[in-house]
Amino acid sequence: MVAQNVFFGIIAFVMICSAFKVVTTKNVIHAALWLVVVLAGVAGQFLLLGAEFVGVTQILVYIGAVVVLLLFGVMLTKASLGEEADLNMPNRVLPAVIAALMFGVMTYALIDTFRDTELPRESVTNAAMVSDSIFADYIVPFEAVSVLLLAALIGAVVVARKE
Amino acid sequence: MLLVQFLLLSSVLFCIGIYGVLARKNGVMVLMSIELILNAVNINFVAFGTMTNNIAGEVFALFVIAIAAAEVGVGLAIILLIFRNRNSIDLSSVDSLKG
Repeated sequence: MVAQNVFFGIIAFVMICSAFKVVTTKNVIHAALWLVVVLAGVAGQFLLLGAEFVGVTQILVYIGAVVVLLLFGVMLTKASLGEEADLNMPNRVLPAVIAALMFGVMTYALIDTFRDTELPRESVTNAAMVSDSIFADYIVPFEAVSVLLLAALIGAVVVARKE
Repeated sequence: MLLVQFLLLSSVLFCIGIYGVLARKNGVMVLMSIELILNAVNINFVAFGTMTNNIAGEVFALFVIAIAAAEVGVGLAIILLIFRNRNSIDLSSVDSLKG
């Protein structure tokens, strides 16, 4: 339990620092690379929670595909590879206040509700359990997600195609 | 491990993502902030699934990952289209529908 808490603390600290860098850095490429650190940290948290399959999927889909797609977006929109001055809105105080207020409310509510809730110690789930659940209980949402992915694929091609 | 530590971590990530969506001008940066928000939600799903010993949390986290992939594909296509028409992805200049 102690080791898990130590690793949770380390990973969470790295994740929060990297997330701050994602939203504050002046370099688009660096933001994408800091995002990789955050996503890898999320995968680590999934492993700490005993969700092996979701953790591995996180690495495959997010770090393997989504970040590459974002980097393609950066390249295709001809962003400069160095620092850019014009990345932020002129007024950044209001967004910061909104985010801080939201964080305050959520922190109060969460601590008030779940102050002493312990997570069960032995709750490792493997791919077999997840796939059993997907293909038995959640087969209809699963097929809906497949159709949605196909629609998004075709839609992206149609939208981005040159006339 | 306490449940609340995961929930607090995800709320920190969520609020950083909200800040990024509101404060960034570059379209690709806004998409990155949206990814932060979706990941915060995923941590919540898996944490609550572990708390209740219910596999549904992980199943829905997988659905969110799939939908995030679809979202980023369509979002980048739209941003490429904006770039082709205006030669910039400055979102504050995309205000044709503003009254």
